[in-house]
Amino acid sequence: MNPDASTIAAGAPIEVDLSPIAVGQDIKVFWRGKPIYISHRTKKQIDEARAVNVASLPDPQSDEARVKSGHEQWLVVIGICTHLGCIPIAHEGSYDGFFCPCHGSQYDSSGRIRQGPAPANLPVPPYQFVSDTKIQIG
Amino acid sequence: MSGPSDYQPSNPALQWIERRLPIFGLIHSSFVAYPTPRNLNYWWTFGAILSFMLGLQILTGVILAMHYTPNADLAFKSVELIVRDVNYGWLLRNMHAVGASMFFVAVYVHMFRGLYYGSFKEPREVLWILGVIIYLLMMATGFMGYVLPWGQMSFWGATVITNLFSAIPYVGESIVTLLWGGYSVGNPTLNRFFSLHYLLPFVIAGVVVLHVWALHVAGQNNPDGVEPKSEKDTVPFTPHATIKDMFGVACFMLLYAWFIFYMPNYLGDADNYIPANPGVTPPHIVPEWYYLPFYAILRSIPNKLAGVIAMFGAIIILCFLPWLDSARTRSSKYRPLAKQFFWIFVVVCILLGYLGAQPPEGIYVVAGRVLTVCYFAYFLIVLPLLARIEKPRPVPNSISDAVLVKTGSRSTPMVSTAIVLALAGSLFASSIDSAKASEGSDTPPANKWSFSGPFGKFDRGALQRGLKVYKEVCASCHGLSYIAFRNLAEPGGPGYSVAQAAAFASEYKVKEGPNDAGDMFERAGRPADYFPSPFPNEQAARAANGGAAPPDLSLITKARSYKRGFPWFIFDFFTQYQEQGPDYVAAVLQGFEDKVPEGVTIPEGSYYNKYFPGHAIKMPKPLSDGQVTYDDGSPTTVAQYSKDVTTFLMWTAEPHMEARKRLGFQVFVFLIIFAGLMYFTKKKVWAASH
Ligand code: FES
Repeated sequence: MNPDASTIAAGAPIEVDLSPIAVGQDIKVFWRGKPIYISHRTKKQIDEARAVNVASLPDPQSDEARVKSGHEQWLVVIGICTHLGCIPIAHEGSYDGFFCPCHGSQYDSSGRIRQGPAPANLPVPPYQFVSDTKIQIG
Repeated sequence: MSGPSDYQPSNPALQWIERRLPIFGLIHSSFVAYPTPRNLNYWWTFGAILSFMLGLQILTGVILAMHYTPNADLAFKSVELIVRDVNYGWLLRNMHAVGASMFFVAVYVHMFRGLYYGSFKEPREVLWILGVIIYLLMMATGFMGYVLPWGQMSFWGATVITNLFSAIPYVGESIVTLLWGGYSVGNPTLNRFFSLHYLLPFVIAGVVVLHVWALHVAGQNNPDGVEPKSEKDTVPFTPHATIKDMFGVACFMLLYAWFIFYMPNYLGDADNYIPANPGVTPPHIVPEWYYLPFYAILRSIPNKLAGVIAMFGAIIILCFLPWLDSARTRSSKYRPLAKQFFWIFVVVCILLGYLGAQPPEGIYVVAGRVLTVCYFAYFLIVLPLLARIEKPRPVPNSISDAVLVKTGSRSTPMVSTAIVLALAGSLFASSIDSAKASEGSDTPPANKWSFSGPFGKFDRGALQRGLKVYKEVCASCHGLSYIAFRNLAEPGGPGYSVAQAAAFASEYKVKEGPNDAGDMFERAGRPADYFPSPFPNEQAARAANGGAAPPDLSLITKARSYKRGFPWFIFDFFTQYQEQGPDYVAAVLQGFEDKVPEGVTIPEGSYYNKYFPGHAIKMPKPLSDGQVTYDDGSPTTVAQYSKDVTTFLMWTAEPHMEARKRLGFQVFVFLIIFAGLMYFTKKKVWAASH
């Protein structure tokens, strides 16, 4: 009962053009039926994400490890709450990141879990920069 | 099933079969001559009610499956078409959807009865465990059935529940992929759920056979918890139990029919009338009411894995009940302490259910934790402890003794009554609290609708005027895609003639094709066509309206609601109030105000609306006085327009509402007479045994 061949084939990598996304904005694209948030972070958001003490986080991970170096302003995460799978809302909650309306989990501007029942950070999908303004997800 | 039967059919043909397959003897010994304790009360009729409900669910389900399309793009629509176009499809659908709830009502009563009278104790452990298995299967079946209409709650309920399995360490993720058949809930998920939803009821039926078999080996328990000792203690199953069960079923049907015909959406969620959208999570996900206590347990534990374990543990623990409660006395009738705790436990379960439907914040979280502890404490501490320390009252020697002293003293359950009252009071207080907290948007004022109540009918004039308002105002942005022009001429609708509907249709241009040259072309509308949508697709609608797509209006009055809160939702059951949707729609249409009150900021491109949740609505004020002309002299005011168009939209949401209420009345008359007849027959049959 695992995914059939066509479902797997439809899950092939996709390319996304980043140039239309202004600073402080984000877009949602679908890959493998999952919403992927691509957000163009502001300076403030990046600084906030880097200022926290990593060891104090529920799922310790540094912001550097969650973005591609040289492209710090781009955060790419799978927008599925690691608790029970709802879609968190961007730009909400008290950490300048995401807020899940289902059971109240809050993620920061690096997509890391800060508060609530979710056990882990929003996962970063496999992606790379094809050029400065284009990424390939998958 | 209780030993060889000496039953011999008198008909030679039946004798011939009987000698080769003793099926009539089996039936005779199980359902005719079977000795049933003579002191059973009405709580024992729920076994029969459950069998009846299972049969009815399978029957309606099989017919519904003939019309349903299990495809993510078509499922929602196919359910709507069942309700609108299939003969008595609305009845089948209501019976099946409400039937699931009624099935759970009955099973909960049945389980609590077993708990109270100690029906799980030696020698009925296997019988009880089989029952728990049936209950688990029912939960799985009910959950998958709720996914099939593919509305927002179906989709997100499926997402949340399947994700429960991702909590399992190591293999969790792969189990979830296996359940989905993809990388998220989607078409493969829907297909396999449909397949399993069709399969599981038959598995349930199989386990029910085992359950009944085990019952007939161990014999029925009874309110006094003493085994029948002599002939005097029992009566034959037929006619005694049969007629009593029939009376029980008839009474249960009255409750069932109340929901089917008068409040079919009372137990459902308005969000499920919005087609599933994988990109938007509804603000507040609630499962069906029968899972709520367990959902509350899940949410009250702040750790994911522990929450999931507690939730499943809360059900699995029932399997161990026969060993947790090792008291020798079966019936709580003779256990003064156990009786009190039983009622406290019932209240705990109900409160957990209430909390499961509340947003997980503030006082609700704390209360949820306390009650979760109470739930488990009942099984793990109270019951084992009571078995040791409680001094039960003496049980009667035999059932016939118990029947004779029936007029004896009855102790009033003072303590538990007090506790119930206190808890109800605190619930009330907390709901007032939360009502204050949610001052964010005003409650829509209640209107007088011609279609409310058990005899409600649509006001034809309002329907016709509403159609005009829709056509001249709303239709420029909002679709009405489930309504065909032919519907305008159907009974219970705006009351146009077939010719009028055809003329109305011909004013529209409908795209058709491809023709022989392979091109799309336009032609005049026909009665069978559906109202054309103003935008070719959702993206176009979004782009033309500043990012917010105007919703299709066919179902809007059923898809919108507002929170009634405690205690209103209880009163609503009796008053049949179910016009939250129309009240809300009418209020939003009139809720635009130019002056934005202080403290509310409205973003660029949005408008202030008093009744819209969050107040910032993307739709500009649609109606103004005098905008649409009426030929019948009705006032051309915004208030009148809103009322008319809302009435019209209530009809589009449920074109067969009048038929539903009319049939409901007939069914009620029949059921009341039937129940009365059953009652007097039962009295007669039992006259000698009491
Ligand atoms: S699914 Fe996001 S908090 Fe539960």
